[in-house]
Amino acid sequence: MGSINLNQVTKSFGDTQVIPPLDLDINEGEFVVFVGPSGCGKSTLLRLIAGLEDTTSGHISIDGQDATQLAPAKRGLAMVFQSYALYPHMSVRKNIAFPMRMAKMDQATQDAKIEAAAKALNLTDYLDRKPGQLSGGQRQRVAIGRAIVREPAAFLFDEPLSNLDAALRVGMRLEIMELHKKLETTMIYVTHDQVEAMTMADKIVVLQAGVIEQVGSPLELYHAPRNKFVAGFIGSPKMNLIDGAEAAKHNAATIGIRPEHLTVSKTEGLWKGRVGVAEHLGSDTFIHVHDTGLMDMMTVRITGDIEAKHGDTIYLTPLADQIHRFDAAGLRIA
Amino acid sequence: MARAITTKQKLIWTVLAWTFGLLMFFPILWTFLTSFKTEAAAISDPPVWLFFDWTFENYTAVQERSNYPKALMNSIIIAVGSTFLGILIAVPAAWSMAFVPGKRTKDILLWMLSTKMLPAVGVLYPLVLLAKWLGVMDSRILLIVVLMLINLPIIVWMLYTYFKEIPGEILEASRMDGADLRAEILYVLTPMALPGIASTVLLNIILAWNEAFWTILLTTVNAAPLTAFIASFSAPEGLFYAKLSAASMMAIAPILVMGWFSQKQLVRGLTFGAVK
Repeated sequence: MGSINLNQVTKSFGDTQVIPPLDLDINEGEFVVFVGPSGCGKSTLLRLIAGLEDTTSGHISIDGQDATQLAPAKRGLAMVFQSYALYPHMSVRKNIAFPMRMAKMDQATQDAKIEAAAKALNLTDYLDRKPGQLSGGQRQRVAIGRAIVREPAAFLFDEPLSNLDAALRVGMRLEIMELHKKLETTMIYVTHDQVEAMTMADKIVVLQAGVIEQVGSPLELYHAPRNKFVAGFIGSPKMNLIDGAEAAKHNAATIGIRPEHLTVSKTEGLWKGRVGVAEHLGSDTFIHVHDTGLMDMMTVRITGDIEAKHGDTIYLTPLADQIHRFDAAGLRIA
Repeated sequence: MARAITTKQKLIWTVLAWTFGLLMFFPILWTFLTSFKTEAAAISDPPVWLFFDWTFENYTAVQERSNYPKALMNSIIIAVGSTFLGILIAVPAAWSMAFVPGKRTKDILLWMLSTKMLPAVGVLYPLVLLAKWLGVMDSRILLIVVLMLINLPIIVWMLYTYFKEIPGEILEASRMDGADLRAEILYVLTPMALPGIASTVLLNIILAWNEAFWTILLTTVNAAPLTAFIASFSAPEGLFYAKLSAASMMAIAPILVMGWFSQKQLVRGLTFGAVK
């Protein structure tokens, strides 16, 4: 249960094609993350799978069955929305019960499932409250509870954590991952946050302008980005991309070097620059280096704390085996 | 920045507001007073204000001369009936306009509103012919349907503005949860829009209650509501101001009381959801 295949799926709004023909296979039990900048079509893609938008052409099949024309309710998928989308006039209990009530499940089964879900999500004490009386994190858990009780073929998450504050987000991220390990159900998760993508996914789908730029495991994307876009998008801080003569030395139009793959020295090194802002995180230090003559601003990531004053001269040397090379079209040179 | 309001300004505004309010209220007050005067006192010049012989004879006369309970019953049935029929039709209409708008939705909304600008008398003749042909002249069902049609644009518009405030994601969530269209409207949309629906119902009951043009023209005896009841006292045999006033008071009393108790919902209704 829970394999989803997209075959030549397109979507247009009026004359604007937001998703050009697209193929994608999601295997049973996978945690797939759609990631990309805002407006890249990741949410639209999720809504197409959910059935909340109609495909303009192409086919979507769920567990081998053609679901292209099926109503959302008939697809056996559950969705968790960014705004939680709880029913404000219903108690938590009724919110969680709603999909079961729609499925005309008998009351005893409903009660048992609500109890189980509430226990798993720490909501037992809140079952009789209205969503308005809950905190953001609790609302999110209710939304997840409502999704779980359906026992869906797959869960769809549409940026579920972006309304939560940073601390809560990390906690909920772990909870969702735990849930996936426990249920082993397919999950499709949309986010613009590449850290969420990297930490949660079995498989990341990087999208830009409706086009899949790369599909792969987080580490595949990190170590071997297929093109410049993926290289710049995955990894934090961003990969430094250098054009021109320095790239030509490596027989490439562009070379990329991640901030953590640069060594720093105050006395000698391959590239010379001037320290701009240094961000001290304690465990790491990010130094933004100007005037290297290679690119506007180069970012370096050093483990631990390092003394770096604004305006200091600094030398950077890339690790030779960590240089990514791209051709004029922006594609990776193997 | 909070605007500084001086005591003087406050005073001026208070006086202005009260003046305006009393001016608006004056006709009702005058009708009320006149209804307790004798016919002679009612037309005396200069007018008498409070110091006249208060009498209930007009109310008794009105009761004797006509069938108030029947007119009241007709008013209630027609006002409530047309409003609920309108709601029944307008909820799905407003749902589709608010949540699945098409290319022409805005145009349709404006066109619906534009029908309110048509002089009612313009469709009087065809409507009367149609009613006669169907054999429903002077029937409650005719008035229910006609008043429903007349107020439908307002009902749709009001519900549309209320529905627009409801986040579409919640309805989408219900679709994902397995709700069909009926369940979505019945269990999710309607309960969430209930305050809005309530103000729409109230306002439209009042509009239907006060509708005089159609009720007077399309009824004679059987279906005549309170508006026709009032009109029957401005008879050609002479003006009986005191009796007319008594009849008016009796006609507007129920709706005044209702309006008084539902002020909050009404204000929300009248502002079309602009304030919460």
